Amino acid sequence: MSDSTSTARSRVFDVDAIRADFPILKRKVNGQDLVYLDNAASSQKPSHVIQSLVDYYEQTNSNVHRGVHTLSIEATDAYEMARTKVATFINAPRSEEVIWTRNTSESLNLVAATWAEANVAEGDNIVITAMEHHSNIVPWQQLAFKKGAELRYLSHNDDGVIDLAGAGSVIDSRTKLVSATHMSNVLGTINPIAELAAMAHEVGAVILVDAAQSVPHMPVDVQALDADFLCFSAHKMLGPTGIGVLWGRYELLDAMPPYMFGGDMILEVTYEDANWNDLPYKFEAGTPNIADAIATGAAVDYLSELGMDNVWKHEQELTAYAMEQILSMGNVKVLGPQDPALRGGVISFIHDTIHPHDLGTALDQQGIAIRTGHHCAMPLVRSFDVVAAARASFYIYNTKSEVDALVNGISETEGYFSR
Amino acid sequence: MTGGMSGLGDMDELYEAIILDHYRSPRNTATVEEPDIDLEVNNPFCGDEFHIQLKVDDDSVSQVGITGRGCAISQASASLLAELVKGKSASEVESAVDAVRRLLKGEEITHAEADILGDIEALGGVRKFPVRIKCALLSWVGLGDALQDHLAK
Repeated sequence: MSDSTSTARSRVFDVDAIRADFPILKRKVNGQDLVYLDNAASSQKPSHVIQSLVDYYEQTNSNVHRGVHTLSIEATDAYEMARTKVATFINAPRSEEVIWTRNTSESLNLVAATWAEANVAEGDNIVITAMEHHSNIVPWQQLAFKKGAELRYLSHNDDGVIDLAGAGSVIDSRTKLVSATHMSNVLGTINPIAELAAMAHEVGAVILVDAAQSVPHMPVDVQALDADFLCFSAHKMLGPTGIGVLWGRYELLDAMPPYMFGGDMILEVTYEDANWNDLPYKFEAGTPNIADAIATGAAVDYLSELGMDNVWKHEQELTAYAMEQILSMGNVKVLGPQDPALRGGVISFIHDTIHPHDLGTALDQQGIAIRTGHHCAMPLVRSFDVVAAARASFYIYNTKSEVDALVNGISETEGYFSR
Repeated sequence: MTGGMSGLGDMDELYEAIILDHYRSPRNTATVEEPDIDLEVNNPFCGDEFHIQLKVDDDSVSQVGITGRGCAISQASASLLAELVKGKSASEVESAVDAVRRLLKGEEITHAEADILGDIEALGGVRKFPVRIKCALLSWVGLGDALQDHLAK
């Protein structure tokens, strides 16, 4: 199995070769070639990742951390190797700091239910940005209600750029947590995490990074960001659904109470009491998602071979090209930074006359998959005085000709509705 | 350019001429003074929202006003609803709402119901686009519920 190697080879970033690795890109949708531009919602999977799932179930399937038999030992090795790959990928100091969860939402909820439950008191505040996904709003709203704490928002300008100067008066001595998205799933804005981390640490607060949109697309280094917690999902980065990651600083995780109770997370259980296992197992109660963890390791291998610098460069070029093409239509407004250098490959846009859902249906008829709606960020989308937006988001296998197909598809739709 | 030529496939089944007409020129959008029923309906999935006002005299709808924002389907559907309910009794509206629900789910409607619905049958094209059924139903479901509440008062 390929999972036994931890050092990634490197390969040339060749989009045609990459596309050949993704079986789904060969299919037709409504009789047309699939143009998949909904990567911010979920990415497609290369054969390498799909095959790792098949290999696991055909060759290794067994439970981890318990058996003395060969399959259990191999499954445990592969599962832990995947953890190490993820740790290396985000430059975590220790692999025990990588906790497997179901997804980014569960990672955020874990921190809310354990660390924040123990550390946020009445009168304290939690600071988030006004461009968060619902999953980085609602857990803190609920915690604030429960604790009598205050939930504060960092504002952004019309271009969706955080007001760092203003952040100084929002983050104060009662701030316990700053939680911010690294890259907005609506605006594409890349937020100044290192600067926010410094401001949080200055007042003794911790910083949590929702990296669901950044880890798949750019080099992310938890030490360079000086983050305390960082969350992401495998399915947005070529991996399977149903598995995500919480990374946290060892001292923080070690001091936190468990999230769920059960098998694997204990060291010793008596009829009267129990004590907790070491990291990371304290947070991994029950049989974990072994196959998907291993496949996440395969996804990390794939991305590492390409090199995250190359992935980012490809997406930056595609984003700049797409912004130029879309804006040149004249009747389409793009939300978020207008300067491609300040954003990632997530482009939410609003057509002057065509509602996003009509556009989404019309593009689907042409084989083009985009997202439409509020993108799980209702307060943010409403702040632009619209109820919904269309969103195209890119990944390693997307091409300029697919951007052309999108722009052409929008024009076709205009023609259709003005006939 | 026609749908077939532009690769827009089955679009014509969803966006029949009558739907596009109501979308571009919605009917009964004036505000109703002192309405008996005044409600906001919205679809949290897509953010579409409509404001529906009715005046009910002698158990039948004398005035209707519907405004809002949404996709072509939800806007056309709201406009068609407004056109239908005017002058209808509460029980006739109830029956029509029920018939529209069944129409959109792909269930049978009777000839008598089809006669009452008239142009609204064009909404049936949404059956091929299941994710859009909610768009077509938005104002109808809200109104049906509100009318029941009003009659129960």
